[in-house]
Amino acid sequence: MTRPKVPFSQRFSAAALLRHGLSGQHNWPVMWRSPEPRKAYQAVIIGGGGHGLATAYYLARDWGIRDIAVIEKGWIGGGNTGRNTTVIRSNYYYPASTPFYQRSVELYEGLSDELNYNIMFSQRGIITLAFNPHELNLMARSVNAMQLNGIDASLLTRDEIARLVPICDMSDQARFRCIGGFIHPSGGTARHDAVAWGYARAADALGVDIIQQCEVLGFRMAGGKIASVETSRGSIATEQVAVAVAGNSSVVAGMAGVRLPIQTQTLQAFVSEPLKPVLDTVLMSGLHHTYVSQSDKGEMVIGGDSDAYISYGQRGSFSTIENTVTGLLEMIPLLSRVRLLRQWGGACDLTPDRTPIIDRTTVENMLVSTGWGTGGFKAIPSGGKSLAHLIATGEADRFSQAFTLDRFRQGKLIDEGAASGVAH
Amino acid sequence: MIQIDCPWCGPRSEIEFRCAGPHEKRPDPASASDVEWTDYLYFRDNTRGLLLEHWVHAFGCRQWIAVERDTVTNAIAGTTPVDAKSVSA
Repeated sequence: MTRPKVPFSQRFSAAALLRHGLSGQHNWPVMWRSPEPRKAYQAVIIGGGGHGLATAYYLARDWGIRDIAVIEKGWIGGGNTGRNTTVIRSNYYYPASTPFYQRSVELYEGLSDELNYNIMFSQRGIITLAFNPHELNLMARSVNAMQLNGIDASLLTRDEIARLVPICDMSDQARFRCIGGFIHPSGGTARHDAVAWGYARAADALGVDIIQQCEVLGFRMAGGKIASVETSRGSIATEQVAVAVAGNSSVVAGMAGVRLPIQTQTLQAFVSEPLKPVLDTVLMSGLHHTYVSQSDKGEMVIGGDSDAYISYGQRGSFSTIENTVTGLLEMIPLLSRVRLLRQWGGACDLTPDRTPIIDRTTVENMLVSTGWGTGGFKAIPSGGKSLAHLIATGEADRFSQAFTLDRFRQGKLIDEGAASGVAH
Repeated sequence: MIQIDCPWCGPRSEIEFRCAGPHEKRPDPASASDVEWTDYLYFRDNTRGLLLEHWVHAFGCRQWIAVERDTVTNAIAGTTPVDAKSVSA
């Protein structure tokens, strides 16, 4: 199926770069408008992160629904979209989630071209280490499942890991001796800000209003439905509201009386000072609950476990930093004298089974895309497609049909947190 | 790092404790409907602001305590001893 081309006012290209270079870089067009909110829209998407912006883009492009506003409390991409470790992967276990995440990786592969915006997707592969036979056995089971689901994955021996990741401590003196692992070659990293900005620019070109500095204060209800969204920039009447706000899902849904199976916890990430290139893959360890990659600027980008209590503070606990760094140094001791440059925390919306929810709610015209937990970045293109499908048709697409709100009552949990065996 | 004032041991670092989450009244499983039981098991208030929750001083006196904590700032408003029998962990 051929898609309509996005009518950009000006495309980014080598010729444009040269032309603007010759005129002192002063005349680049604005990437998106900053319109005043109108009185009414067909649909309002709350949350200008990756998921909200991708949803708006696919609604406008695939479904021709362009009377949309994306409203954002702060600035677009300023929440978890700009606060993650940029890992993209599709190494899931259950058939209910595998096609969804695989579609996301495939959409990411074509995204720079499609959005005319360089998201710097680098499929450098993800290597997950095993330190005991039980872990390796579970990995074999997981790799078999992935292969049966058509996902690129294979087991690695200890020698192969030593060759692929020479900075990894493979000595017999290591506290935990690495005995093998597996590689997911199509996984990698991308530039997170560019994903938000690329979707925003394309959605804007298709006619979507992106309204920043616009906080939701409440909803005006009429006949059990939302009649309008009350914001810090006035009242916006709408037929459908889609909530894609990550950490504050419970707060925003709660304003309409909708209760969610969500707990908000802080997940931190860190970057080191820049180094010469030492790591050309993403290295993960479930045992250490730590993972690391190296950015194009040379910083080591490090992620770990979330803080183990409810928190909306985008900051996190120092003990989590200590635990994460301990794990990192057990994997790569030569980083011991490298200094951390900065640290940040995001408010993550965790479901009990670590699988997202894209569904209608108890309020007829409120839809949610939530529960992306600690892994929402990788899911942005697929999550946007599925939510757009739900808004446009009222039905879930086949990729997200298991991500219902009612699965908890039915006992149809999709326990990826345990099954995929990665830092989730 | 949060510092929690254990009523028995005094101020201690959060790494000595385990958070058991907010106290929720457990419905009687024999008479609860599907919806009530699901709500108890999976659905959460997920309070943004002041929250009363149970912590256990796992690497200390092993006593259960009630902690009132702001979930945005992590400031602790107070800690009190609780009767272990009243806690559903």
